[in-house]
Amino acid sequence: MTTTAVTAVTRRRRRARPAGGRGKPLIYMLLAAVLASSIFPLYWTFVVASSDNSAIGEATPPLVPGGNLMENISRVFDSSEFALALMNSAIVATTVAVGNVFFSALAGFAFARLRFRGRNALLVTVVATMMVPTQLGIIPLYLLTTKLGWTGHLQALIVPALVSAFGVFWMRQAVDETVPNELVEAAMMDGCSLVRIFWHVALPGIRPAAAVLGLFTFMGAWNDFFWPLVVLNPENPTVQVALSVLASGYYTDYALMLTGALLGVLPVLAVFLLLARQIVGGIMAGAVKG
Amino acid sequence: MRGRLDRHLTPYLFVAPFFVLFAVFGAYPLLATLWMSLHDWHLINGDAGFIGLANYSELFADPDFWNALVNTLSLFVISTVPQLFIALGLAALLNTKLRGRTFWRAGVLVPNVVSVVAVALVFAQVFGRDFGIVNWLLGLVGLDPVDWPANVWSSHLAIAAIVTWRWTGYNALIYLAAMQAVPSDLYESARLDGASTWKAFWTVTVPMIRPTILFTTVVSTIGGLQLFAEPLLFESKGASTGTGGSDRQYQTITMYLYEKGFTLFDAGSAATIAWVLFLIVAVFALINFAVVRRTVASR
Repeated sequence: MTTTAVTAVTRRRRRARPAGGRGKPLIYMLLAAVLASSIFPLYWTFVVASSDNSAIGEATPPLVPGGNLMENISRVFDSSEFALALMNSAIVATTVAVGNVFFSALAGFAFARLRFRGRNALLVTVVATMMVPTQLGIIPLYLLTTKLGWTGHLQALIVPALVSAFGVFWMRQAVDETVPNELVEAAMMDGCSLVRIFWHVALPGIRPAAAVLGLFTFMGAWNDFFWPLVVLNPENPTVQVALSVLASGYYTDYALMLTGALLGVLPVLAVFLLLARQIVGGIMAGAVKG
Repeated sequence: MRGRLDRHLTPYLFVAPFFVLFAVFGAYPLLATLWMSLHDWHLINGDAGFIGLANYSELFADPDFWNALVNTLSLFVISTVPQLFIALGLAALLNTKLRGRTFWRAGVLVPNVVSVVAVALVFAQVFGRDFGIVNWLLGLVGLDPVDWPANVWSSHLAIAAIVTWRWTGYNALIYLAAMQAVPSDLYESARLDGASTWKAFWTVTVPMIRPTILFTTVVSTIGGLQLFAEPLLFESKGASTGTGGSDRQYQTITMYLYEKGFTLFDAGSAATIAWVLFLIVAVFALINFAVVRRTVASR
């Protein structure tokens, strides 16, 4: 679906370009300035992470990377549960991404192609819940996870995030655009079970959209902070929680903090750089739909 | 027989996971928040009885709550308004014929994929009093260094800078997608009427992408009023308690909720804050809806 959505967008784009052409260098200069300010904090993170902490306190801050990166990295791993945190974040983000794609695809398929009583009302409910600030229920949610004995454990992060309203909505659009109704009808006439139709007819078509949803979910789960901070403890943290622990030391060690930040950002940044085209396309396709 | 059951029952099984999880982890906690706000409730020791609206009257008499509310609104306004205007301009730039389209689009999105915690740590350094790069730059042009976290105005500016940095590119891509769906004959007729590019932008582009502007405004409002991680981590010393500076100069409502609930274990008061914030968010979303619809329509 993303491919179709993206090509649809490109096609529209060709028609839609407003007047322009003069002032071209100015546009590039402005964009370059925006890009520089987008990138600078990351560059700065790298500079600080590769410097000696005392170099940061000099009258002129170091503006180019230093040679202390490896030493700082080993300090991060020594002074906090950072290795465990990286592993925890990988487990949580991967499980949540796979779960959200699977359950959202199931529901999306049902909403797009199956007929059942109350379908439209249920779909409206799904969309409406997207607007509900559920993080405001954090106190009872915390008590609930305590009662379940999940506090401090990863399932407290995983289970509530296994399916999202956005995911259901996204996958419904994907099925609607890529899985022909006739194909589903034909499979039903042949007596195929709905589970098999989902697996063999719907799933192959929606793979690109599922991949984009998986990426978004992975990045969102990796970067999540408020709920992990509340429900986990510093002994079994995610990366974001471990970073906040690094930052809350009595003595502010910027080199240590920003080396941690660098390590926490790199996995997501790597995924982003590899798949930038798909991610940008996904955001823009989502915007057109929404 | 089996087939008919499959046709009728399976669709519900397919959509059930969403509704079950939302009911348990989304709807129930929100409703329980309302219930708890009417009780004297300790986070560890539990319910100490129904007290009616006492938590609410206590909250409305609490100067710290009003402080947090003012801080939240201030941060929300100075981060959302410039952000959406810059995003609109940036989208217009990206909507021209460009070489390396994906490069520019991905470039402006980078801040949004970096975790808010990492971003807050970096900016805490950038805006640091003694070794921060902003103060160093101020020094280069002969200005005195600013103790950014210490004052209301300076801490708000710095935190708004973090929020703006993170979200401008994302919103620009949303606007860009909407701009590309504007039919080009509208621009042609505007041009025939002698409208400049600038005028065409305000008379054609902006009205045409009105639904998208509304969407981003509502989403930014819902997010902005719940601002938490950026101010929480802005000054490392206060990170664990959520007071938002020694004089609460940048404590937001969500931070106050966090402080009440998880530092002071006063779950009843925290639930009251959450429910009041919920109502504020709802009211703001509706106001947004009305205002954006009217102002953009009158253009």
